[in-house]
Amino acid sequence: MQFLGVELDKYEFRALLTAMVVMTIFIFSMLYVVGAQRSDVPQCVNFDKSYLTPRVDKIDDSTYEVYMVAQMWGFQPDEIRIPVGSTVDFYLTSKDVVHGFYIDGKDVNMMAEYGNVTKRTAKFTTAGVYKIFCHEYCGVGHQNMEARIIVGFPSNQQ
Amino acid sequence: MKISHWLRNVILTELFIPITLLIVGIYHGLMQTVYRAGLIHQSSFAGLDYYQGLTLHGVINALVLTTFFAVAFGHATIAYFLKVEPRKQPTKISMWLMIVGTAMAAWAMFAGKADVLYTFYPPLKAHPLFYLGLAVMIVGSWIPLFDWVGLLKGWRTSHAGEKVPLAVWGTVINFIIWFTCTLSVAYEVLFMLLPWSLGWKATVNVALARTLFWFFGHALVYFWLLPAYVMYYSFLPKLAGGKLYSDLVGRITFAIFLIFSIPVGVHHQFSDPSIEPNTKLTQSLLTFGVALPSFLTAFTMFATLEYAGRKNGGKGLFGWIGRLPFFDSSRYLFSYFICGLILFIFGGFTGIVNASYELNAVVHNTAFLPGHFHMTVAGPVILAMLGMSVYLVSQLKGKKVFAPALNTIVPYLWMIGVLIFSAGLMWGGLKGEPRRTNLGLSYLNPKSDLFHPQWVPDTLLTMCGGFIMFLAGVFFFIVFFGTFFRKQTQEADQLEFPVSEALHDERIIPLFNDLRPWVVLMVLIILIAYIPAILDVFRFAGPGAPPHVPNTPIPGL
Repeated sequence: MQFLGVELDKYEFRALLTAMVVMTIFIFSMLYVVGAQRSDVPQCVNFDKSYLTPRVDKIDDSTYEVYMVAQMWGFQPDEIRIPVGSTVDFYLTSKDVVHGFYIDGKDVNMMAEYGNVTKRTAKFTTAGVYKIFCHEYCGVGHQNMEARIIVGFPSNQQ
Repeated sequence: MKISHWLRNVILTELFIPITLLIVGIYHGLMQTVYRAGLIHQSSFAGLDYYQGLTLHGVINALVLTTFFAVAFGHATIAYFLKVEPRKQPTKISMWLMIVGTAMAAWAMFAGKADVLYTFYPPLKAHPLFYLGLAVMIVGSWIPLFDWVGLLKGWRTSHAGEKVPLAVWGTVINFIIWFTCTLSVAYEVLFMLLPWSLGWKATVNVALARTLFWFFGHALVYFWLLPAYVMYYSFLPKLAGGKLYSDLVGRITFAIFLIFSIPVGVHHQFSDPSIEPNTKLTQSLLTFGVALPSFLTAFTMFATLEYAGRKNGGKGLFGWIGRLPFFDSSRYLFSYFICGLILFIFGGFTGIVNASYELNAVVHNTAFLPGHFHMTVAGPVILAMLGMSVYLVSQLKGKKVFAPALNTIVPYLWMIGVLIFSAGLMWGGLKGEPRRTNLGLSYLNPKSDLFHPQWVPDTLLTMCGGFIMFLAGVFFFIVFFGTFFRKQTQEADQLEFPVSEALHDERIIPLFNDLRPWVVLMVLIILIAYIPAILDVFRFAGPGAPPHVPNTPIPGL
């Protein structure tokens, strides 16, 4: 086998070929998920001071916008009540250091950074309590940083 | 061959200091698994805070130990393969800069003034001496590169028409990667973090600092991996009793590392705001590119080992495996290398998970990550370093290895520990368990409102693995210090390596005998990959973060 003008052992050539085929499959799968499946990845949002005001905006019965602010050592709002089947846009920023934002059971996984805003969308189709916790070290109270999303409990209507 | 007494002392010092510090590093590694399993419901134990221990563990194991070792092993490799010693003056200056820098950073960490973890993300702030110390240490580690490149140039003129020795090819490539990637962290530390932590500059651009950090932070993993690769290609075949399957694959491997190591750092920032999804996707693809040399190495190593096993009399499809010298205490380096290779199979595959843009969103910042990188850095990297440290000490000081049987089982014990430990972490990570968190204080304290019972079994498994690793660590220290301080019985100042021949020794290809075109290609790919990332950071980021106010953890606003 010739490779780059060199006589290459045939097993070696096959290994090289296999490695490249495997890489191609991986890369193709990744592009497929990004393109065809429109997977939700963190979006870039231009920073604006209004993101620093924590709030939950109800757009319609099943669409919400949550403006989440992380700061030492908690999230605001720290309890969000929404009906089952809601689609929620999360806008996240930080008031001080770098924080993490992970919704247990939803794989919503973001970073909160000072002067930056990040956005993810999640749909809550099952009733329950979804815990949010900080997964980036942010000082001595880091391990206490938590919030909750309560989905579909009877007294939930806001 | 015989080497100068001063060079021997430099190498020994650069091995003794980090291995001594490693005692602290390994102790804190154990303590973290204990905290995380919820056995300790406190923020500190024996006067050392959890997050302080986390910082010490990361900085000592991942930065200090690896850098010192790479420099020491580099000196030995260059001297041995080029048959010419590094120059005395720059070598000593480099050593002292590294020692002084480490001492400054160590003081800040031990005093509890730098609990910022290994990533030191601003606006979490450390004492200025922490930043300065790391910068000084890194600058110290740059010096040998320029010295070695000079030696290599001289060697090429006097050995025209010969291949650059594979080990030298690997070592020089490794330090070119290191020099290039640390330029960004040197800029971050000297021009952003240091003036800001001294109070001279009011704000710091968080997104830019993170991007500069990971420009360095990911290439660092190849910097500590490549010395292990040099050993695999140059020594492992001989130790196994065979020959290296292909010399050319070794050269291709190192060359691919040179061009793809650095422009992949953004895959650590997939969850970051302010970097465009397209930029992240590009770097994700490049990260797959850097998996290619490891695939090639996996094949070459298996082929090499099979050849050796068959040469030793192995028959049948798998019969050759039993003919490898797994427990031969006179070839203990083999046990260190083979355990590292086995761990790296799992480390490599989990690395592809992290590099995949969408899968990363599942595991980002969870315990899955330390699960992955302990199978790489605590696998091939540390095992190659520990084995080679014992080897160099016993040769340079002319001493027989202390407790040879113990020395041979250390890597196996360590490997079992890492496998259990990493399995626990990755299992927890898939269930959302965060990394870098003192779980025992809240999430795994039954009395806390935040108690997460579903994390109990995996953290206990992690702790079991941690104990086994710690035990292997203790055994290693007995062997290392036992060898270091025992009576001299052999001739000292000797330096011999078990150098392998190549089974397929291809003819010289100019492209794989000259680094310059590769360096140009490296710079080009870095520019293509990083210019968009840096532009994004300036386009989307808002105001810079303010400095800390003394005596309060909250930045001043």
